[in-house]
Amino acid sequence: MAATDQRNEVFARIREALRVPAPHRHAAPAHDAAPAPNDGPPASDAFRAWLPAVGPSLNDQLVMFAFNCNQLRTELRTLASLDEAAAQLALLARENNWRQIASHRHPLVLPLAEKLALPTLLTDDGYAIPDLERCHAAITGCDALVAQTGSILVSSGSAGGRALSVLPPHHVVIAQRSQLVPDLAAALALARERYAPNWPSFLSFITGPSRTGDIERILVLGAHGPKQLTVLIVP
Amino acid sequence: MTAYAREFKRMAARYTSDLRHRGLIQRALKGYETKRDEYKGRYQNWSEARQAASEIKWEAINHLDRHLAEFITKIEARGTRVFVAGTGAQARDYIVGVAKQNRVRSIIKSKSMTAEEIGLNEALEHAGCTVFESDLGEFIVQLRREKPYHLVFPAMHLTRDEISRLFHDELGSEPTDSPEELTMIARRVMRKNYCAADMGISGANFAVAETGMISITENEGNARLSTSLPKIHIALVGIEKIVPRLEDLALFLPMLATAGAGQPLTCYNTLYGGPRQPGECDGPEQFHVVLLDNRRTELLADPEQRDALHCIRCGACLNVCPIFRNVGGHAYGTTYQGPIGSVITPHLRGLQDWKHLSASSSLCGACTEACPVGIDLHHHLLQNRRNAARERPSLSEKILYAGFVFIMRHPVLYRLSTRLAPVFFPLHRLVKGTFFDPLRAWTQTRDLPVPARQSFHAYWNDKMSNRKARHGGN
Repeated sequence: MAATDQRNEVFARIREALRVPAPHRHAAPAHDAAPAPNDGPPASDAFRAWLPAVGPSLNDQLVMFAFNCNQLRTELRTLASLDEAAAQLALLARENNWRQIASHRHPLVLPLAEKLALPTLLTDDGYAIPDLERCHAAITGCDALVAQTGSILVSSGSAGGRALSVLPPHHVVIAQRSQLVPDLAAALALARERYAPNWPSFLSFITGPSRTGDIERILVLGAHGPKQLTVLIVP
Repeated sequence: MTAYAREFKRMAARYTSDLRHRGLIQRALKGYETKRDEYKGRYQNWSEARQAASEIKWEAINHLDRHLAEFITKIEARGTRVFVAGTGAQARDYIVGVAKQNRVRSIIKSKSMTAEEIGLNEALEHAGCTVFESDLGEFIVQLRREKPYHLVFPAMHLTRDEISRLFHDELGSEPTDSPEELTMIARRVMRKNYCAADMGISGANFAVAETGMISITENEGNARLSTSLPKIHIALVGIEKIVPRLEDLALFLPMLATAGAGQPLTCYNTLYGGPRQPGECDGPEQFHVVLLDNRRTELLADPEQRDALHCIRCGACLNVCPIFRNVGGHAYGTTYQGPIGSVITPHLRGLQDWKHLSASSSLCGACTEACPVGIDLHHHLLQNRRNAARERPSLSEKILYAGFVFIMRHPVLYRLSTRLAPVFFPLHRLVKGTFFDPLRAWTQTRDLPVPARQSFHAYWNDKMSNRKARHGGN
């Protein structure tokens, strides 16, 4: 049986319901006070004064990002050069016994991934899900790093699609120091500048390796997504 | 009393006397409280942030027609199919229809309370589909053929031993007392399901009007996998999930995580703005957004309680509620438990059937205090009581209060009743709590206060005349 869209009916009900205005309860507790003028809700710049504080300098933000990574159990390596990054990747590959990896064509990421000389699945032109599932690690780029929360903003473009950064058990992000932004508002503004109005279908803030607390509220890493998350910051 | 109210009383009595269950819930919530307070402490000003969140939701809900229309236009422009459902049945029919049309057999589902609300799994199973709940907690309660215990922590009422036994019986796994090993068992089972599923179903935490995107908050990565691998993604979204602007998420995402789970930010906060776009390498070919009314517009039509639609389903009010912490999530018999459930269920499922939930409250206001969007929860509980009594007055209460008023307005009767109380009190003792006791609902578990031997009035008169006598004597 085909269901018919109730758009008109629902919208009519909404308009009818809204004919009686609701009080601005948050405006003033006193009953005799005049209703507060409605200047519209506060803008995102105002949020900064209330959310956890972020230092103004790049160094403050790097320190905060590192602190958050540590709490979230994200491995963070700040590297002095691309060569160091390549060496770090090689070390990760040896330590974790990677035999096949996945990546995507990203000007910063792919040259580093190729230096590992491991069988590499590139997701750019499509892939078979079981092939990606067999990979031991995914190496991707990102759109931004967020100091305030220790998050990594990725999108279908910057991280090789939707699944690459979540299906393999180890996710390695390569980011440039200049990609660090202070907070979520700045990251969203950056995404807007980069993409609007041609938004990608997928944008995600990744904040630490996958986790769950569903059994006795005890933290376990690696629920369904990556068990390990590594961020390599290059100059 | 309705059957729902009777069942609630029975379950509440059972859970409240189960000390093991209470201990488990208290322990689980203790950890949450510590973490929540730690991260709240990092905010420069939590109460201002809360005020702002409340104002943003006020704007979204009080201009819902405008924001919802914008959301639909924007998300449709990128190839999303939007279906607006007036009732749960229409939403179910549409989703089952999409499944049938595409010959879907296996469905991977990420956590959605809205899907629970409309009984979506049952409808899909009836249509011959297999539905796998992928969130660990939901997976556990699905294996137990149970409803979620808590709208954010569905399996918080179970111990690791119970889960280990469940996995052993249902999945044939080796017994273990390690939460980590149990999680890995679920991970292995679910991996196969993600890869084989024909369709992914999710809910949404927010719907951004300005850019036409839904936002999903999760810790495990199951929602990301459910929305990345299958060819079809259906998101079931209540119409109240709207926020006007993309940047509003910079406030809501951290507040949801801190209030709801005691985290600075949830692990994955993902925005979906359409099916796979040209130039993208993966993602579903079809993306459907089902917008659900299901009597939310009735709540919208009540200006006094309209702010209950500001709810972002963080579960903070459950976690602090002395009632929830004693009767537990299953006693409620509703999709949405705790204070917010007690407030909205009468609107969604009928006031007379569900008014008892509004009466099961100490009105302590802890819920209102905890709510990150400042919903006036405990006053709404009072309003539900008032509305229920106004709509269907209770005869016994009417008689009781009329009698009380009559006595209070006649000093002679009042004085007589204070004299008679000490006489009747020992008589009441004989029947206290039994069938013959008209006050048994109250006195079964409580003692009536012993009437004073002397009224204050008499005491005062005595005191005054004594003083006069003393002064007169000197």
